[in-house]
Amino acid sequence: MARHCTVKIFVLLSLFNLSFLVSTNNIEDKAGQFFNSGHTNNWAVLVCTSRFWFNYRHVANTLSVYRSVKRLGIPDSRIVLMLADDMACNHRNPKPATVFSHKNMELNVYGDDVEVDYRGYEVTVENFLRVLTGRLPASTPRSKRLLSDDRSNILIYLTGHGGNGFLKFQDSEEISNVELADAFEQMWQKRRYNELLFIIDTCQGASMYERFYSPNLMALASSQVGEDSLSHQPDLAIGVHLMDRYTFYLLEFLEDIHPSSTTNMNQLFKVCPKSQCVSTPGHRTDLFLRDPGRVLITDFFGSVRKVEITMETINLSSPMEPLPERILSEDRQRETQYYVDQLPVSGIIHQVNTRTHARTRTHARTRTHARTRTRTRTHTHPPPHCSGTRSYYKVHQLRHSADSDLHTSPLSFSLEKFFHLRTFLKSPTLALVLKQQKEPH
Amino acid sequence: MATAEVERKRGQLAALSIAVVVVLVGVPLWWRTTETYRAWLPVNQINELAELQLQLSVDVEVVFSRGTLTPEQQKKVPFTRTQEEAQKVDDDTTLRYRYESKYRTANIMEEDALKQPTAAEADLSLHTLSASPCGSVVVYVIPETSVLLPQGVDVYIGHRRTAVLRMGAPMSVGKNHKQLLAHLEPRITQVVQVMSFSHTDITAALSDRVRLSPGSKESLADSMRSFKSSPGYEITFSLLNPDPKSHRLDWDIEGAVHSYIQPLLTKLAPLANFSIDSQILYYAMLGVNPRFDSSLEAYTLNADSLAHVINPVEARLGSNAASSNPVLNFLLYVPDAHHSPLYIHDHQKQPVASNAFHSPRWGGIMVYNVNDLYGRGETPLPVNININMEKVMGVFLAQLRLMLGVQSSPAPPGFLVEPCGGAGLADWELDRLMWSRTVENVATATTTITSLAQLLDQIGNIVINDNIASQVSSTVTSLQLAVAELEAGNLGFALQYSKEAILASERAFFDPSLLHLLYFPDDQKFAIYIPLFLPMCVPILLSLIKIASEARQRRKLKQSKKD
Repeated sequence: MARHCTVKIFVLLSLFNLSFLVSTNNIEDKAGQFFNSGHTNNWAVLVCTSRFWFNYRHVANTLSVYRSVKRLGIPDSRIVLMLADDMACNHRNPKPATVFSHKNMELNVYGDDVEVDYRGYEVTVENFLRVLTGRLPASTPRSKRLLSDDRSNILIYLTGHGGNGFLKFQDSEEISNVELADAFEQMWQKRRYNELLFIIDTCQGASMYERFYSPNLMALASSQVGEDSLSHQPDLAIGVHLMDRYTFYLLEFLEDIHPSSTTNMNQLFKVCPKSQCVSTPGHRTDLFLRDPGRVLITDFFGSVRKVEITMETINLSSPMEPLPERILSEDRQRETQYYVDQLPVSGIIHQVNTRTHARTRTHARTRTHARTRTRTRTHTHPPPHCSGTRSYYKVHQLRHSADSDLHTSPLSFSLEKFFHLRTFLKSPTLALVLKQQKEPH
Repeated sequence: MATAEVERKRGQLAALSIAVVVVLVGVPLWWRTTETYRAWLPVNQINELAELQLQLSVDVEVVFSRGTLTPEQQKKVPFTRTQEEAQKVDDDTTLRYRYESKYRTANIMEEDALKQPTAAEADLSLHTLSASPCGSVVVYVIPETSVLLPQGVDVYIGHRRTAVLRMGAPMSVGKNHKQLLAHLEPRITQVVQVMSFSHTDITAALSDRVRLSPGSKESLADSMRSFKSSPGYEITFSLLNPDPKSHRLDWDIEGAVHSYIQPLLTKLAPLANFSIDSQILYYAMLGVNPRFDSSLEAYTLNADSLAHVINPVEARLGSNAASSNPVLNFLLYVPDAHHSPLYIHDHQKQPVASNAFHSPRWGGIMVYNVNDLYGRGETPLPVNININMEKVMGVFLAQLRLMLGVQSSPAPPGFLVEPCGGAGLADWELDRLMWSRTVENVATATTTITSLAQLLDQIGNIVINDNIASQVSSTVTSLQLAVAELEAGNLGFALQYSKEAILASERAFFDPSLLHLLYFPDDQKFAIYIPLFLPMCVPILLSLIKIASEARQRRKLKQSKKD
């Protein structure tokens, strides 16, 4: 009887001790998680591979992930964004300069602060592989390079149309899962990543990560082999589907994440179950060295910096030496410099007004009506962000369309150009837009 | 009948000759025209280099001053000893450390130098006497009774490559020179390990090749903090002024860089190229709201919120678009008038003396409080403030040293290390950096070359041009030279060759032409070839089969005729 009691007491005491130990371990864990992940910087490569207006949702997918990743802290200099087509300034976009990700136009993911590194026809399989492996020509600027090192965690997000073992780029070429696995192996050989998270939202997406064989890769896909990834909801005003289901629910999940949250990857695997997504999302973690339950979402999607306090300083006792004479004298000649007048704006306005006046003299009332109509239209015109470029493209097309017989005469060409000039001379950011037109291609 | 026979024979001959032409000429031609051009690579030498066997030699000179040696021991001096230590890191990597020690007695000038009142002055005059080349160490042994070193300090390490070691009492050491060596050698090895390299340093430098589990959090932090070896670095100094209405800041960055930072970078010139620029950013806030601490009457940033400070600022910092070198950012933040003064607190809620923090492989941020430079009275805004660049550069220099890999591990007990002062870097610290960088470069270059050879072997459809082959050959040559120079102990040459090796290997690995050609699965390859070759091959095969069956029939007839 006494022995029973002592045993019970012993058990209780040990349980107490255990709980105490566990709690202290947790504290140490939290402090130790600081260095647990082994990475010092984060990169993101976000690729949308489809073009054409009806693939609006792929661009919206990529831009939504871009927005989340930026919100959680990764700066533009560490994001390589590749968009195969321009939906915001597409001719068929009823709301130019916007890309919406939710119906009823609730959320504009294009915004003011989007830096697209590879646009349009630059998004090719070759460029994508070059970005990943680092084999870019020497003239490539820094913003188009993936300058990761062996302590970088990289997030790679691909979306578009895919099939069993391939992903379609630009409607004319494909990247196969073997090529992708080889590219990742080349990255591993050169230690261009510490850990890599690969997310793909296409039909039969799971086939793309089947062939991976390099260590420290974690992969998520929106559908299994043989299944199609479905789109979420159409917007009747815009006329196309706005997002894909998997990315939509992924984004809902990410909206709850803030830079200091401790959500781990196991919760990410549960995003978009079959009831919501219709397809079965899959994931692959066998190549990953750490336990996914200990990997934070912000290890890949955010950019939490490791910080150390600077404990020591250097005592600089000697006073500052004056700069050598050579450097000083060069600076003395500096004078205030001004920008050259890029375009004599007032001159053009005056010229246009005189020309319109001339026009009204010949075509009396109809012309003035046309003028007033255009004037009112410009007030409700969307931000000039897009209209400038749109007209620029149009002018560009005019210049290069070989098979159009409309614009063979230089007179008609200049008339078109003049007409476009007139319509948005009335808009506020006139100089910016005109400067865009004048830029050589 | 005869014509039919002739016709048939002609037909057979035609079929046979076509088959022969196809097999002898066509197939080799097709093979040669469809193979990818792969220039020859020195694969054998690459495989030899893959098994890295590095030998690092240090020249140590031990100088005995008067009073340290017994007459019996003095008879044996001068002599030379070589110590070797082999360490196996993993299957492919072995390291051998060789210490070549020369023991001699001090000459008159050195004795005079050692009679100086303080160790710092002694160090200065000793430096002028010995011409210690890069990578060598000179240890002066002084008797126990000497007052050169303060109490409790046994070893003094100066700015250059000299150290002063206080020996134990002659009674305890012994009369024999063997006993002398037994007493001295471990201590000299310890000094040399602090001043040139230790096993942990070298294995940390090999981290590209061998990802060892870190021994401690400190070593992991050390390996994560410093930048990897790169041919160039960019340093950017930024002044962040969130409140231009209140503060008009004036910093003489050019003068400060020229006086304080440039000497360090000139000393580090054999390691890498540095380019420096500076900028001033207005209305740049920190992303975190500091908390007001009424006990200090100041605003505080605690250590946990520091991690979120950097990201909002980084978006505005910018960098040089033309180069791909790693960037070190040093930010000086002057808090706005409403949040002044701002202090940084560490994990124990104590204010930090330097008021600065740094992030591994990124740079550092220092908060500079200016509210005590103008009174609470009616000073008209904006206030002109001249920033004290000495204080600022002291912090930035310390952070720069940490970022570049100058070790900050505390010295063993009993050691007195002279702080580096204005030069920014002591010579022996430079040597340490050179040792670890050379080993790192050699390891990285061998890994790059080996993995390139492996990749080219594995992925069959990459074209290898001649320029890649020449880069690879030059890498191999440079690597062999670097390893040889390391063995001989010429640190300067070894570093130079290792830099050439790593440049050539990176150029070879990242050559844009090495993109693998389009991958075609086997069934697609068949789908391409079958429509081309099958219509041609079918008649030939059929006629060959016909010829063979006829020949067999004829043989049967002949045999039956014979019987």
